[in-house]
Amino acid sequence: MATLKNTFREIARYPSAIFGGIIVLLLVALAIFAMIKIPYAEAIRLWRGGEEVWYQNPKNVPPTWVNAFRKTKLPESFAVKAIEGGDFSKTVTTNADGTKAIDFAYEFDFEADDFPQEMFIYFDAAYAAKAPFVSVTLVRPDGSEVKIGDFGVTHKYTYRFSQDERLVKRVNRLMHREIINPVEGLFAVPETEPSQPLKGTYKLVMQATTFEKDSDLDAEFVSHGQVSGLFGTDHARRDLTIPMLWGAPIALAFGLLAALGTSVLSMIIAAIGAWFGGWLDELIQRITEINLVLPFLAILIMIGTFYSRSIWVILGVTIALSIFTGAIKTNRAIFLQVKESTYIEAARAYGATDWRIIFKYLIPRIIPLLIPALVSAVPGYVFLEASLAVLGLGDPVLPTWGKIINDAETYNALYKGFYYWILEPAVLLMFTGLGFAMLGFSLDRIFNPKLRGM
Amino acid sequence: MANDKQFLLDIQELKLHFRTTKGVVQAVDGVNFQLKPNQAVVVVGESGCGKTSLAKAILRLLPRNVQHYGGKVYLNDLETMGLTDEEYRKQVRWIKMSLVPQAAMNSLNPVLRVGDQVAEPMMIHYGVKKDEAMQQAIKMFQHVGVPVDFINRYAFELSGGMRQRVAIAMSLVTAPALVMLDEPTSALDVLTQANIFNLLKRIKSEMATSFVLITHDIATSSELADRVAVMYAGQIVEVADAFTFFKQPRHPYSAKLMASVPKLRGNDEPDFITGQPPSLINPPTGCRFAARCPKRFGKCSEEPPTVTIGEDKVKCWLHV
Repeated sequence: MATLKNTFREIARYPSAIFGGIIVLLLVALAIFAMIKIPYAEAIRLWRGGEEVWYQNPKNVPPTWVNAFRKTKLPESFAVKAIEGGDFSKTVTTNADGTKAIDFAYEFDFEADDFPQEMFIYFDAAYAAKAPFVSVTLVRPDGSEVKIGDFGVTHKYTYRFSQDERLVKRVNRLMHREIINPVEGLFAVPETEPSQPLKGTYKLVMQATTFEKDSDLDAEFVSHGQVSGLFGTDHARRDLTIPMLWGAPIALAFGLLAALGTSVLSMIIAAIGAWFGGWLDELIQRITEINLVLPFLAILIMIGTFYSRSIWVILGVTIALSIFTGAIKTNRAIFLQVKESTYIEAARAYGATDWRIIFKYLIPRIIPLLIPALVSAVPGYVFLEASLAVLGLGDPVLPTWGKIINDAETYNALYKGFYYWILEPAVLLMFTGLGFAMLGFSLDRIFNPKLRGM
Repeated sequence: MANDKQFLLDIQELKLHFRTTKGVVQAVDGVNFQLKPNQAVVVVGESGCGKTSLAKAILRLLPRNVQHYGGKVYLNDLETMGLTDEEYRKQVRWIKMSLVPQAAMNSLNPVLRVGDQVAEPMMIHYGVKKDEAMQQAIKMFQHVGVPVDFINRYAFELSGGMRQRVAIAMSLVTAPALVMLDEPTSALDVLTQANIFNLLKRIKSEMATSFVLITHDIATSSELADRVAVMYAGQIVEVADAFTFFKQPRHPYSAKLMASVPKLRGNDEPDFITGQPPSLINPPTGCRFAARCPKRFGKCSEEPPTVTIGEDKVKCWLHV
């Protein structure tokens, strides 16, 4: 206990260790948070779902917080469902003949300096033979009313503002000029070129009539703004929050497991080789030399292309290919020295078995050297996993940081100016690398006596 | 030659040859000696005469480059040469015979607490639970005079003398009948040496343990010795009762060796032996000491016989 305390006190003497440790702890916290907040199955559903999961999100927009750094504020996205007595109010009046008049109203403030991408109204109508009829109007802050449309609503009906030709004409009449996107016109000051947003409180009014006794109508009003969520969205309207959060546990798990598996296994194998010697040692050394000349990344790409891209297969192959590397040679050199110590001979004399000597006498001597090496090795494997994903060989199921960069690259994010799409995962990857590297270097200074006092 | 039951340890024609780049080193070349229960035999000789190799050969701690390993080692009536390595490990090491290695100060595992390490042989050989083994270790610590609260320390936190005591505690924890000590006091100051020898004497009387003490320090070892075996160039040249040996060594080499020890009283200058010990790669034929022997005569070019005088033995033509 006291030694543990001393170790921590020693670590605390290095600011880089504290800083690196904080980054690593934050990443671990992020990973745990991600796994609790969005369970694995849910994350996969949200990531691989489809239009029905992503319909509320705009396409390729940066995160909400960019507004904090902008002079011209971008409109935020929102989605509201009509509830009786809610913000998007729904009032049902039943007539004597069984028909119903349903009134919807939604008041919202529009204070942005740019226009929403697109707007939708999703209807869900319940009826047997005769579909309900709706008329939609937008009341603007200047008091003008714009008729958006009158239409019959089939069971699942989506009204898209931008695809209504009649709305385009109506808006152009209102604005006295040609505007291609009617959403822009609905929120603009008339007769200005280019369009200036008209700020103030808007009101969406819908009047519906149903013609059957059990008929009912529900509506959801969705506005695709130009910013969305904590991390923005991608080309498929997916919220990048999922892969940004879930990237942490995946990257940490891959990095830590690969680093731990590789260093522990190569240490044990080196110890076995050094202790038993003879043909076994020769075999291990020859395998190492052969493995050292094999192209590591090329083999991984081959496996990803022809066999499997599952992260577990890739992890296994990574560990298998990384065991027999230089670490075997350095560990063996240390073990050969330790093996000749008197206390090893003493252990043999009192009848310790070979395995007891390997695990209780040889290996503990190397653990102080192993810990910093292990910590320093983690970012290498995190980057490896990301590199494979960037090369298009990431696990097809999992949302990872590398995958986002790959998507961004495929859909020309930089060319189109979607910097957030590449920078967000890149920054997280760099912080991971920085955290582990700083912690690893300072641990190396603590555990490696040759570096003391430097 | 059958083994005589009265001996605890009976070594017959024990040989241990090493293969090196220069040739075969005959480090132990036909050694015979016997040890009765509760006796201490001191094996003395110059550096490089094969003392440590003899200890290794008796305990079968062989390095990789062994060229020849043969002879017979009886422990009571168990012939150990016939055992496989695994049987040997289970039946002999630390059960019948234990070792305090040379430079015992470095023979403790630096990453284990000394208490754990003393308890290790108990756990390995008798499969006892750790806390039980620790109880035994505590008992041994008390026995060899190490404060009990040292059990949680690491070897580097102990002084040389304490480490030596811990090593001795470890050799005694399974209560073997025979303990081999390979230069147990070579790196200690005289006061600590005296303490360690007093401790060994006490153990010998209390636990009825037998010792094979390998040393080049004749003066100190005389404290403990019941019998003395003198080793020269891989062979035992004289085995004698300690009292007789210190009064009147029979072999000329023993005599020279005794004369080289400075004496507290008297005016005798310490003597020395001219020349170098022979190379064990290509030992001379006949008596191996002949080239340096002040009393050599014609017959010395032939292999000397082992002459038995009472219980003592000497390998010299002078006593034929």
